[in-house]
Amino acid sequence: MTTGQLGETSASQHATEPTPEEALRLYETMVLIRGVEERLRDDSAAGKLPGAVHLYIGEEAVAAGVCAHLSARDYATSTHRGHGHFLAKGGDVRAMMAEIWAKREGICRGMGGSMHVADTSKGILGANGIVGAGLSISTGAAFGAKLDGDGKVSVCFFGDGASNQGALMECLNISTLWQLPVIFVCENNGFSEFTPAAEVTAGRIADRARAFKMPAAEVDGNDVTDVWRAAGEAIGRARDGGGPSFIEARTYRIQGHFEFEAIVLGTGRYRADAEIDAWRQQDPIARYRAQLVAAGTASAADLDALEADVLSRVEDAVAYAEAGQPADPELAETLMFAPEEEG
Amino acid sequence: MARIRLIQAIHDAVVEEMARDPKVIVYGEDVELSIVGDLRGVHEQFGHDRIRNTPICETTLTGMAVGLAAAGYHVVLQMMFSNFMYTGMDAIGNQMSKLRLMTGGQMELPITIIATIGGGSANAAQHSDTAYPMLMNLGGLNVAVPATSADAKGLTKTAIRSKNPCFILEPNGRGGELGDVPDGEYLVPLGKAAVHREGDDATVVAIGRMLKPALAAATALESEGVNVEVIDPRTLVPFDEDRVLRSVKKTGHLVVVDEARECCSAASQIAAVVAEKGFDLLKGPIRRVTTPNVAMPYAPNAEAHVIPDGPRIAGAVRQLLGRTEKVLA
Repeated sequence: MTTGQLGETSASQHATEPTPEEALRLYETMVLIRGVEERLRDDSAAGKLPGAVHLYIGEEAVAAGVCAHLSARDYATSTHRGHGHFLAKGGDVRAMMAEIWAKREGICRGMGGSMHVADTSKGILGANGIVGAGLSISTGAAFGAKLDGDGKVSVCFFGDGASNQGALMECLNISTLWQLPVIFVCENNGFSEFTPAAEVTAGRIADRARAFKMPAAEVDGNDVTDVWRAAGEAIGRARDGGGPSFIEARTYRIQGHFEFEAIVLGTGRYRADAEIDAWRQQDPIARYRAQLVAAGTASAADLDALEADVLSRVEDAVAYAEAGQPADPELAETLMFAPEEEG
Repeated sequence: MARIRLIQAIHDAVVEEMARDPKVIVYGEDVELSIVGDLRGVHEQFGHDRIRNTPICETTLTGMAVGLAAAGYHVVLQMMFSNFMYTGMDAIGNQMSKLRLMTGGQMELPITIIATIGGGSANAAQHSDTAYPMLMNLGGLNVAVPATSADAKGLTKTAIRSKNPCFILEPNGRGGELGDVPDGEYLVPLGKAAVHREGDDATVVAIGRMLKPALAAATALESEGVNVEVIDPRTLVPFDEDRVLRSVKKTGHLVVVDEARECCSAASQIAAVVAEKGFDLLKGPIRRVTTPNVAMPYAPNAEAHVIPDGPRIAGAVRQLLGRTEKVLA
């Protein structure tokens, strides 16, 4: 039996507006993700990162709005575009940056990289390089949460691309049958890698959940309050034993599928510059900043100071990563199996 | 010492470990009735929160095992036939075998997957594979192939206590065979081979369901004055190299019997290990006796044609020793 926990099913979760303090935290989370991603974009272009990075620029409101309702004991699974989820769920920016730089100090000791950042101590079960893989992992974690019966929830972030994986149907089915505390958050960013979602996706994605009578919300994924509100309702329901929910957040991937995509695309194009520019006008951070200032939650100067502070944390994280030690190559041989207890 | 069936031994192991550790959770298709027979009665004993039927959705069942393990549970997933692992392969090949390394050692994945392997029951090609070569190649999975009731019990208990993913691959069609199982707590460690018969003339390593025909071949050869040492590795990952090399040092000849298809079979791996580490010990070439690279046919006579049997194993030993078959009058 899953029951609500004091402090986690707080009034704010069902509230229609975040408190000023919560609002500023949402803003800070988005700014942190943006700062990290822009720095990774630049460092990738400069050839400083050993592997590919898939950036979350433009989609920050989804991770921020959902994870604002989670604590370290809740679970989250992520995607190949997972830096934002890691940071919003409370992952350490230095440890993540060092990981992407393939350093010993990295959160995964340099064995996972950008596509696999994870911190199990914070319930972050990992970014994942396989599209749709997080669906069943988060459903399994939700099964554990249900058996624990202490109000934990499990959130699965996935994309419109993963919504075409058969695993989604399977996980909608079993989580409904077993009333698991899992929230499926589909980040519909418009593209399955290099193919527009409309070319490969029939129907409305949220309707897939409705077919199982699962509560499903479609929200403006570039409006952090909209995301926050829908997530609060879904997560509160899951904590209270109300079973799974589905959220489709409509957003847009400003960057390519991964940095350096221009090289693999050659002269190929899959979207127009005008489309990207139009979505830049819907930037979730700029929109929220304007709202916060208009509502008097913070002054422009306050937000400038907050941004400067966050950017200095990003600079610090990069310096930490750059100064880190190379990964220990022998870990590849010693880490595959957990040591067994004697006897 | 009790004489019990192999499926009963697995049942007893699961029940004992479920009683010992409330975090052991069992699920799978039809596990409540237990068509395979190895979990019969467990549902009545432990109830829905500890063992439950699932939809038929292997992709999700293997993936859920990863998530449930990450949430602190020890998962026992019954997958019936090892062929069904192909449907559930992403979570096996991309998640449970890799997440520990990918997370820098943060994750422990105590997952036991039980399935049957092998043909011989006219189940045709999609229910008869011996699908462990793909598991062995992944690197992060323990693979156990118990051939006796005692090993089935001891290896299953060890697997459930392990902090790592472990496959228990039961011999299809042999679950009803009786065997002695020591009374009380009985565990078999991973990576320790069992010598079923000692001999000086040739070493036969026989995996899983192949133990029985290998022992039959050894009996036949004995009447010809050939003494074969029969070794059951019991686990393929980890593999008891030392025990096999020690035997080859004594005999100088090695035959590896494997029901998996020849290409990249466990037999191929074992042969390669002995060729690399024990070349000086060998008096002749290593022979693999395997299923050829074909899908398992349905007709029982066609199945018998492709699955290694006693005469094929004995023939391989004779060939190594330069002997011809002694025709008994």
